[in-house]
Amino acid sequence: MGKRHLLALFNNFDEAEAVVRELRSVSLKGFDASKDMTVKSPIEHPEVEEFLGDKPVRVQWFTLFGAVGMGALMFLLISAAQGNFFAQMKGGKPIVPFPPNFVLTYEMFILGGVYITVLGFLICAGLPARRSPLYSVKVSEDQIGILVKSEEGSSATLKSIFTKHNALEIQEEAGK
Amino acid sequence: MKDIREDIAWAQINKDVLKSLENPRKLYWVILFIAIAMVGVAVGCEVYQYNTGLGVGNFDNPHVWGLYIATFIFWIGMSHSGTLLSAILHLMHADWRKPIYRFAEAMTTFSLMTAGLFVAVHLGRVWNIYFALPYPNMRQVWPNFQSPLLWDAMAIFTYLSSSILFLYVGMIPDLAICRDNMHPGWRKKLYTAIALGWEGTDRQWRNFRVTYLTIACFLIPLAVSVHSIVASDFAMSQQPGWHITSFPPYFVAGALYSGCAAIITLFIILRYVFKFEEYMTMSILKKIVRLTFAIAMVWTYLNLVEYASVWYGDDQAAKHLLIQKATGTYAPFWWMMNFCGSVVPFIMFFKRFQTHIPVMFSVSLLLNLGMWLERWMIVSPTFADGYYPWTWDHDQWPSFVQWGIVFGSFGWFAMLFMIFCKIFPSVSMYEVKEMVYHRSLATKKLEATGKLAATGKGAH
Repeated sequence: MGKRHLLALFNNFDEAEAVVRELRSVSLKGFDASKDMTVKSPIEHPEVEEFLGDKPVRVQWFTLFGAVGMGALMFLLISAAQGNFFAQMKGGKPIVPFPPNFVLTYEMFILGGVYITVLGFLICAGLPARRSPLYSVKVSEDQIGILVKSEEGSSATLKSIFTKHNALEIQEEAGK
Repeated sequence: MKDIREDIAWAQINKDVLKSLENPRKLYWVILFIAIAMVGVAVGCEVYQYNTGLGVGNFDNPHVWGLYIATFIFWIGMSHSGTLLSAILHLMHADWRKPIYRFAEAMTTFSLMTAGLFVAVHLGRVWNIYFALPYPNMRQVWPNFQSPLLWDAMAIFTYLSSSILFLYVGMIPDLAICRDNMHPGWRKKLYTAIALGWEGTDRQWRNFRVTYLTIACFLIPLAVSVHSIVASDFAMSQQPGWHITSFPPYFVAGALYSGCAAIITLFIILRYVFKFEEYMTMSILKKIVRLTFAIAMVWTYLNLVEYASVWYGDDQAAKHLLIQKATGTYAPFWWMMNFCGSVVPFIMFFKRFQTHIPVMFSVSLLLNLGMWLERWMIVSPTFADGYYPWTWDHDQWPSFVQWGIVFGSFGWFAMLFMIFCKIFPSVSMYEVKEMVYHRSLATKKLEATGKLAATGKGAH
């Protein structure tokens, strides 16, 4: 039996939350709420995370790696370059001047942190992405969308749950 | 005081902001035309200077830095506005920043782009701009790693690229709104490409929030370091008048000050040009004005600290320079700087002027004039009153070439900024929706509490 995508649109977060709670408690063949359900919203709404449950965000690890890695790498590179290429007569000044190198390392620490954070964001958020099978422009306007993927036989049950919680619109498409 | 309506429909927010991309007032085109004409003047002056040499700018020895470096610092300072509004106020959960932070971030980016041009223009030999970078070379030209000029190049590059990323990342949800609402054409193709397929899923929002916060946290120390390094360009040189301990914080305060003043100017212009009266409200203007006044007082304090340190210090050359500033050739500009920077802001102290558009527009322009003069008064008087007596009769008046390029830089900034506001939403739609949503929730809670209290089921 093929998988089927369903998208239901709701007027507010309360209705969307009620649907999510019901979908998590219902037992449907081929439907796992933690994997097959996506909530789409026009704003960043912390309550969505609350009712969806705790899901890890790993962007910070990219930040840590980027900042520390880039800072350390640049310090080593600059110091190595100074030691190898700039060992000209320096009038008694050290060949590898630590205080200026710390300033440059600080800038590179931030540069690496920002760049790799953005890279981490793209990886963790799955961007750039193709449009999902069902998409409504209403989600970027003022409605909350719940996209679910389930066995074809479950669609009637899902539709009844959506309708019970005042879905404004239900879109349906056969999955591949 | 009129504020953003809590009952405004989210769809209406989209509609109003998207309309600004297509249908601004005629003044938009007037500003853009004037800006392009100003850029034309600057290009003409630069071509003349490029072909003839830096002498046409009236540069000589000891006047090697003139308006170019003064204006470079001015534009770097202006860039701090975006960091203040976006990053600092974001971390402080000041939700009133939401309708205006986008254009402040754009200001940051375009100010830095403008500042960067002055590094090239100031060199004279533009083709040697790559000497500013710490590249490892084997050609007998050694970048001086101990020089803050080299740190500056790295710091500004980091600040510019991080600011562009911050602006872009924060704009992705709005770009998706543009993509979803635009008619087919070049705009739709552009938004489709750069929205990266954003759909507002819980996974995307979760990662977005952390990313935005993280970049904001990086930008604050970065902004402070950038202007501290610019201060080091002066403080680490061997010229009188630039060695006060408070120089870096003085520069940072000045940067925030000029940035805030520019935000007021652009707030008023954008509000009218793009018909944003509903979003850029008087209540927000009042808050920016108060913030600017507070920063003006910090700047004034640091300015007085500088004068006092020099006056009571043991550096005779610096003291002589200070007296020269107040009584010599540059005295009118020095007094004008003090007047615009420390006296004019007191107009903002009066409540009735805080939301008076013509008064605030004029005040913001005067403040920025003061801040530009401040930078000029840091640079030129020092060269005219150096350690060597032969410098003392070398007052420099910039030639029309210098003035033309400085004048044109304002056109360059205005041109980039206006083009940005016509292509990208200058009000953050999703954040205004969040602001409206959270305010309406708070009101509902208050109403519910009131009802409970009225029926005697409250706090007991």
